[in-house]
Amino acid sequence: MSVLALLFCFTTVASAATTGLPVSSTSMLAPASTPAKTIFGLSMFVLGVTALIFIVVCGLLVYSVVRFRGRAIDAGREPAQVYGSTQIELAWTVIPVLIVAVLFLATARVIHAIQDAPKPAAALDVTVIGHQFWWEFRYPKLGIVTANELHIPASDPAHPTPTFLKLLSADTDHSFWVPELGGKTDLIPNRVNQMWLDTPRPGIYLGQCAQYCGTQHAKMLLRVYVDAPADFAAWVAGQQQAAVQEPQASAGKRVFETTACINCHAVAGTPANGRFGPDLTHLMSRSTLASGAAENTFANLRLWIQNPDAIKPGSLMPAMKLGEADLDAVTAYLETLR
Amino acid sequence: MSPNAIAIENSQSERHPWTEVLHEWVTTVDHKRLGILYIGYALCFLLMAGSEALIIRIQLMRAHNDFVSPQVFNRMFTMHGTTMIFFVVMPVLFGFANYLVPLMIGARDMAFPRLNAFSFWLTALGGLLLYFSFLGGSGLYGAGNAPDVGWWAYAPLGAKAFSPGHSTDYWTVALLVSGFGSVGTAINIIATVFSMRCPGMHLGRMPLLVWLNLVMSGMVLLAITPLTAAQLMLLVDRYLGGHFFDTQAGGSATLWMHFFWIFGHPEVYVLVIPAFAFMSEIIPVFSRKPIFGYPVMVGATVAIGFVSMSVWAHHMFTIGMNSYANSFFAITTMAVGVPTGIKIFNWLGTMWGGRIQFKTPMLFAIGFLGQFLIAGLTGIIQACAPVDWQLSLSYFVVAHFHYVIVGGILFAIFAAFYFWYPKFTGRMLSERLGKWNFWLLFLGFHMTFDVMHVPGILGMPRRIYTYEPRPGWETLNLIVTIGAFIQAVAILVFVYNLVVSYWKGAKAGNDPWDAWTLEWSASSPPPAYNFATIPVVASRRPLWDLKHPEDPDSRYE
Repeated sequence: MSVLALLFCFTTVASAATTGLPVSSTSMLAPASTPAKTIFGLSMFVLGVTALIFIVVCGLLVYSVVRFRGRAIDAGREPAQVYGSTQIELAWTVIPVLIVAVLFLATARVIHAIQDAPKPAAALDVTVIGHQFWWEFRYPKLGIVTANELHIPASDPAHPTPTFLKLLSADTDHSFWVPELGGKTDLIPNRVNQMWLDTPRPGIYLGQCAQYCGTQHAKMLLRVYVDAPADFAAWVAGQQQAAVQEPQASAGKRVFETTACINCHAVAGTPANGRFGPDLTHLMSRSTLASGAAENTFANLRLWIQNPDAIKPGSLMPAMKLGEADLDAVTAYLETLR
Repeated sequence: MSPNAIAIENSQSERHPWTEVLHEWVTTVDHKRLGILYIGYALCFLLMAGSEALIIRIQLMRAHNDFVSPQVFNRMFTMHGTTMIFFVVMPVLFGFANYLVPLMIGARDMAFPRLNAFSFWLTALGGLLLYFSFLGGSGLYGAGNAPDVGWWAYAPLGAKAFSPGHSTDYWTVALLVSGFGSVGTAINIIATVFSMRCPGMHLGRMPLLVWLNLVMSGMVLLAITPLTAAQLMLLVDRYLGGHFFDTQAGGSATLWMHFFWIFGHPEVYVLVIPAFAFMSEIIPVFSRKPIFGYPVMVGATVAIGFVSMSVWAHHMFTIGMNSYANSFFAITTMAVGVPTGIKIFNWLGTMWGGRIQFKTPMLFAIGFLGQFLIAGLTGIIQACAPVDWQLSLSYFVVAHFHYVIVGGILFAIFAAFYFWYPKFTGRMLSERLGKWNFWLLFLGFHMTFDVMHVPGILGMPRRIYTYEPRPGWETLNLIVTIGAFIQAVAILVFVYNLVVSYWKGAKAGNDPWDAWTLEWSASSPPPAYNFATIPVVASRRPLWDLKHPEDPDSRYE
């Protein structure tokens, strides 16, 4: 029970800390989407049932320990030797069976409601591809490719526009988990998984990879921007534009396009079309680098190119070993990719 | 019946040169010595795997800590998990089974003494191979390192592309070799139980400990086999160009998951059923009553054995199985709670109306009952597949299975140590240190593992070497770490007690607890041949019959 008290304490702290821009607390106790709310309801039901069982059985245990403790006065005498009772055995078999039946029916209902939910025509499709150690998001109908920060539209309950995620992996197993938006589903190579989310409440929802995927599993962070429909439309329009070409960044662009950068990274409309690393066409539209490991600032970006291990040791981005001038130029070029 | 052993001068009391003693221990085929070897070996690994846990906990004490690198952290949790399951809990339970099963059924040794020794040395070799990876993991040309694929080594992390070098091979071969050892021991226990029982001890009169170890052995045969097969397939992938789990060449990652958990979940019961076995012997003795509902206890155990073979994919609720498969594994998982609940009720029924003596073994047994109850209930919560979509792979799961393994199994093992140490050595463990051991472990355990559920609910995944300071995470992790250190102190008190009591403990005599099963009729420690004359039994509690000739059990059975 003390655990419960702690929980409530921390959820309160969490919600108090989220004044202003609604940023997620990553707590499954603050569900914001239909699947998460359904799961939350089931959780509370099963928690209630198990808490009741706990109180009864633990009460019996404590009672037995106190009531039947050996006393000095009984020394040398044995209590009545009882071998069992069919009626009692029957009672404590049938009752658990009934409890299991109830729990199973409640569970099966929720499994069906979430997994077999029909996909409305207005649903948004996003393909999520897990990589060591970052996320690739592709919007096949919108022609958008981005990384680590998923944008989805808020869903009006009257006209739901849920997002259906197709989950794939490029290398090892990963798991997509944003607790406030729903349960997790694994991204497994050679397998296509699916999950869906919807929420009427715009905001930033945090999560991270939940399936151990290698050295930097810990810093494979994930954020979902739930945008108001107008904001989402603006974001889509921005992402669909070609990469910005600014003449003053041409030195950096040349460095970028003549080094190994382009083996892994793509910038639409340029020779850079690598697919091992995140698409950089609109890098500056993202607020974090390295799958959420650092804020997207000039200093961090420069450090990330110079020595990725300083931010994320074990990541697959190599240190580019550029001279100071090239490093500044390339960082300046990337800073223009809005 | 004649449970008396002839008092022959114990050959161990004479002084021998240490080389001779060592030779005797290395070449022994005596089930009691092999039992002690298993236990001693497991205790060494307990200290190592415990140290690895402390390294993990120091690293997670606060956000963005840099006590160890991510690479080292990943090796630590891989080694901690692998060691604790395969080289601590399994050997310690096999050790007790080896020691106690023949004594409790009135036999002079296991059915196949040499197979017994062979099995132990295979297990020992497995553990050494695993730890040799620290030196040889990268092959001869580089410094070594331990495997870092996690204790279940999900494909394709174990493939050559993601695990170059040999560290994963050491992991594979260690489990392969010790797996053969486990199968050997399981065959041995089954053969012993079926063919070595003393006159009068039909199956319905076997002590529950023997029954439960019989069921456990059957499960080992069924559970270890797929693990061994999977390891062989992984080796074929890594060295012979196979593509079973090599996803880059069309292999299947989920195939590995199925193989691993078809082993992995029965394995949980392989570990917990012997813990139930200890409870079923210890609770009656300290409640001064026979076990409540003996036939039901046997039936419930067999039921657990069968049902637990069909629950494995509840470890895989997040891999995108369809709704029918998820529903199937949800109901089988919940169903296994029924026979488990029946067992808890029967232990409570045994205590009900008894005269409970709070000796250290009973303290641990009571701790087991309360904690195993909670572990079972959090298991039921996760059996609801949709709830598990949130909780799986989070710290909630880590807290849950440590509740099973530490709060349940380890507490039961401690109860067994305090209960049977006098039989093994002829000396009592110190009750005073025992109470310190219990209360410190109790405090540390609850600080660590009660609190650990919460970060999981607040979204903290397992197996991360560092984390962002999200609301609540840091405070909770700090409390968990402090609790872990308190547990470490409790373990040190226990080891100190084991060592000191061996020399200074009070003399135990044959039957210090006024117990009822056959091992207490032999001297402490029993002679190499256990019984001078093979005993004959007429009930489940032969020593009760002997002590209460006016009201023997045999009258009621």
